[in-house]
Amino acid sequence: MTSQATSTSGALSSSLHYNPGLRRNRINRIFTILSGLFSFVAILPLILVLTYVIFKGATRLSISLFTMLPPPPGLDGGGIGNAILGTIIVTCIAGLIAIPIGVGGGIYLAEYAREGPFSRFIRFGTNVLSGVPSIITGVFVYDIIVSSRVILGSSYSAIAGGVALSILMLPTVIKTTDEGLKLVPDNLRKGALGVGASKFVTITHITLPMAFTPIATGVVLSVARAAGETAPLIFTALFSYFWPTGSDAFLNPIATLSVLIYNFSTQPYQVQNELAWAASFVLVVFILAMNILSRWIGHVTSK
Amino acid sequence: MPTGVQKELYVLRRRPAYEKFVDSSFRNIAISMASMVALILVAILIVVFWGSLESMGRYGWKFLVTSNWNPVDDEYGVLTAIYGTAITSFLSLLIAIPLGVGTAIFITESFIPRRAKNIIGVMIELLAAIPSVVLGLWAIFVMEPFLRPLLSSLYIYFGWIPFFSTQPMGPGMTPAILILVVMILPIITAISRDSLNQVPISLRQAAYGVGATRWSTIINVILPAAISGIAGGVLLALGRAMGETMAVTMIIGNSNNFSWSLLGPGNTIAAMLANQFGEADGTQVSSLYYAAFILMVITLAVNIVSQWMVKRLSLKY
Repeated sequence: MTSQATSTSGALSSSLHYNPGLRRNRINRIFTILSGLFSFVAILPLILVLTYVIFKGATRLSISLFTMLPPPPGLDGGGIGNAILGTIIVTCIAGLIAIPIGVGGGIYLAEYAREGPFSRFIRFGTNVLSGVPSIITGVFVYDIIVSSRVILGSSYSAIAGGVALSILMLPTVIKTTDEGLKLVPDNLRKGALGVGASKFVTITHITLPMAFTPIATGVVLSVARAAGETAPLIFTALFSYFWPTGSDAFLNPIATLSVLIYNFSTQPYQVQNELAWAASFVLVVFILAMNILSRWIGHVTSK
Repeated sequence: MPTGVQKELYVLRRRPAYEKFVDSSFRNIAISMASMVALILVAILIVVFWGSLESMGRYGWKFLVTSNWNPVDDEYGVLTAIYGTAITSFLSLLIAIPLGVGTAIFITESFIPRRAKNIIGVMIELLAAIPSVVLGLWAIFVMEPFLRPLLSSLYIYFGWIPFFSTQPMGPGMTPAILILVVMILPIITAISRDSLNQVPISLRQAAYGVGATRWSTIINVILPAAISGIAGGVLLALGRAMGETMAVTMIIGNSNNFSWSLLGPGNTIAAMLANQFGEADGTQVSSLYYAAFILMVITLAVNIVSQWMVKRLSLKY
């Protein structure tokens, strides 16, 4: 075959072999190297940030970091215990508000809504709300809760911070619930309704359990995102150097890891800067753990 | 023929009233929860607009083109922050687009084994999960000191260009731009990857079949087919870059004095809000609301256009 081709036309057969010197092949190689280089540059920040957070944060790791209060400026020692507790409290408040509302809204979109202006507007609003800058959420909650003192006369409070974070979580929860429910085959719905189940029973006993995996994944991811948010908290939850104690703990300013990092990174004291790195380490470990957890949920239940 | 006993079996059971009640109230609860989204969105717009009325009446359009931010004399103009927002988000996009799209091509085409592709994809997603305040901390203590000698030489050799006309002394616009690149890169990469994955394989096979090389296939066939999704992702990233607060606030320097220079400190609307809103009073609060309203309107417009692009211009194959 090849010898025949060579004998009839030498030029043609030689062009059938890969010639690395050709212009098109050279360009090909250059682009391949370039895109590989871009990928490397793209993952470089992650590697660098994680390395620094681990090295600078882990050296400060000790029991007292989790049990003690941050020191006043200029003093040594201390920990970030109240901020860790505060992040957990504020994120829980946000979850308690955003998850029921988000799942409810998602149920409406997937199970009840017909194609119409109202459901289109809600879907559109969900997407738009997820694009609202987080600082504006902070301004909004400051206006309606903090400065108006609408909750039992308290101004800056853990509840205000939780409400601000819940507004950020809401679009993600709605979207994942909506999409998760849409993946449930329609036959199951028809079957349930056919044997006489009411819509309520169909949703709570058939479709919601079927869609548990995608909803849980989305909720876990949105909680992780909320835990790392700072902008909505700086003038809603504010900051505190003390433990959240007493019956009005949720009505007073509360420390969170993210605001602690922000405040302490700009202070000129070494101790505070080290605490900011340690807080970053705790926060990043928590968020990466949540991300891995969400992957694991998807992995386990897909089998 | 059904006998009497059988007849009773087939008798229609009416739903009890409480069951109907549960059913309809569940539906109403779901509707009201869905309405919360619209309510919150409208409420945010109204609150921010209401707050800015005083400043709007006082400064009008002049607010947008003056750079005088002076709480002592009660004079406010937001040009510095608008310039900062525009230039940081534009330049960060300019850097992030080739990086993000290049990475997306690298992990969708078969250059490397599937396992390696997945690892890079997961790493990009994890980069998106890192809180912006942690990136800001890293930028303050690691990136900016590392960059300073580099930027100083830019100032020394290109100081005659207005963009490089100040001595880099610490926080500034350039580190802010670079940290924004890190923050929007995952968005561009993820959305580009999704739209590249949606390009039908037959297009690729046809291009290879007529003898196109791999890259001429990518550039002439695959990228044009995926361009609407990529463009939507880029706009989404633009909205994110303009609204991004913490990392930028920590590294941009928060200067209210207008300067063309990218090496000196600057400000963005979001950073200004984060810095001043808690302590402001009087006209300053209203001016901050006005700035927030401007930011809100711009990001809303960008988001709406990006949604429209993704939906309307999506693949027609």
